[in-house]
Amino acid sequence: MAAYLRDHQDKIVDRWTEMVVTGLRGRSSAAEVRRELEDLCSLVVRAMSGGGEQAAGELRATLAELSRSRARNGFTPSETALGVFALKDAVYELVADTADLVPEYLGFSRMIDDLGLQTFETYAAAREQIIADQATAMLELSTPVIRLWEGIIAVPLVGTLDSARTQLVMERLLDTLVATGAEHAVLDITGVPTVDTEVAQHLLKTVSAVRLLGAECIISGIRPQVAQTIVALGIEFGDIATKATLADALIHALKRSGRNIGAT
Amino acid sequence: MERVPILRIGTTLFVSIQIDLQDESVLQLQEDLAEELAATSARGVIIDITAVEIVDSFIGRMLATIGSISRLFDAETVLVGMRPAVAITLTELGLSLRGVRTALNAEKGLALLNGTA
Repeated sequence: MAAYLRDHQDKIVDRWTEMVVTGLRGRSSAAEVRRELEDLCSLVVRAMSGGGEQAAGELRATLAELSRSRARNGFTPSETALGVFALKDAVYELVADTADLVPEYLGFSRMIDDLGLQTFETYAAAREQIIADQATAMLELSTPVIRLWEGIIAVPLVGTLDSARTQLVMERLLDTLVATGAEHAVLDITGVPTVDTEVAQHLLKTVSAVRLLGAECIISGIRPQVAQTIVALGIEFGDIATKATLADALIHALKRSGRNIGAT
Repeated sequence: MERVPILRIGTTLFVSIQIDLQDESVLQLQEDLAEELAATSARGVIIDITAVEIVDSFIGRMLATIGSISRLFDAETVLVGMRPAVAITLTELGLSLRGVRTALNAEKGLALLNGTA
C-alpha cells in the first residue's frame, strides 16, 4: 500500500488538493494548499512505510500545526477535519480499480480517521487558547489607572464588574496609590452597564480598601438609570462621595485637596 | 516574644511595627500603649505598618481596638503605610477599621494629626 501511494503520490496530491480547495471556497490559494498537502502526503507515506515513531510524531506535529493555523484563520472545525478525510476519497478513487489493495485500504482509512480526529482535537484546543488569550487581553486592557492631576488618579471601569475584575482593579489602584502617593481616587462607572447588589458590593469593597490606605475614593459616572436601580435595590453608599460625571469628581477632589479652580 | 517600641514625639506617640506580628505581641502593644497614653496624655497615635505583610482577622480587630482605646484617652489613631495586599485582605475579611484614620505614609499621618492636611 505504502509503495502504491508513493508511486502515485503526485496524482493523489492533485486530486486531494482539488477536493480541499473546493471545500475551502477560495479562502486559500490552490498552490498554498498543494504545498501543505504535499508535505502531509509524503509524511503519511513515510509513516506507513515503517518510518517508526519519529515519522508518526512528525506527521502528528505537522497536522497539529496546520490545524492550529486553520483555527486562527477562522475556518470551521468540519472544514479542517474534512481536509484530512478528503485524502481517503482521493486514494479510494485510485484504489477502487485494484481489488487486492482494498483490505489494506481499510487499514489506511482507519489511520486517516485517527488523524482526522486528532485535527479536531488540536483545533478545539487552539480555539480554547485563543479565547483564553482574548479574555486575558480584555482584562488587562479594560482596567487602566490614569493620573488626572497631581495626587488624583482615576480608574474608568468599562464592562461588567465581576470578582476577578474587581480584584484586578483593586490591586492596580492600590499599587498606584502607594507608588504615586495620590490621596484621591476616582472610580468612574460610566462604562458599567448595570449596577446590581453584587457590583455595588465590589465597588464598596474597593472603596474601603482605598480608605484603609489613607486615600479618599469618589464614585463618578452614575447614569440616571443606574441611580434609580441603586435606590430601588436599597444599596447604601454611605458617606462615599458620588458624582454624576468625572469632571464633577475631579472638581470635588481638587477642592478637597485645597486647590481652587474657576467659579464652580 | 518581641516587643514593639513606642516612641514619644511631642504630643504624638509613634509606633512602628517592624516584626512579624504575633497575637501576644499585639496584646502587649495594646497594653503598653494604654499605659503610655495614660502617662503622657498624648493627643495622637501613629501606627506605622509599612513592614507588615500579613494580617489576620485577630490583628485587624486589635488595630481597631487600639483605635477605640486611644479615643478614650482623647487621642486620635492614624494607621499609616498599609500595603495594598494588606488592605485587600482586611476588606475581604470585612474589616473596614472604622474609627481609625489612615494615611499613605508617616508624613501624611503626622500632617493629619496636626490638622494641616
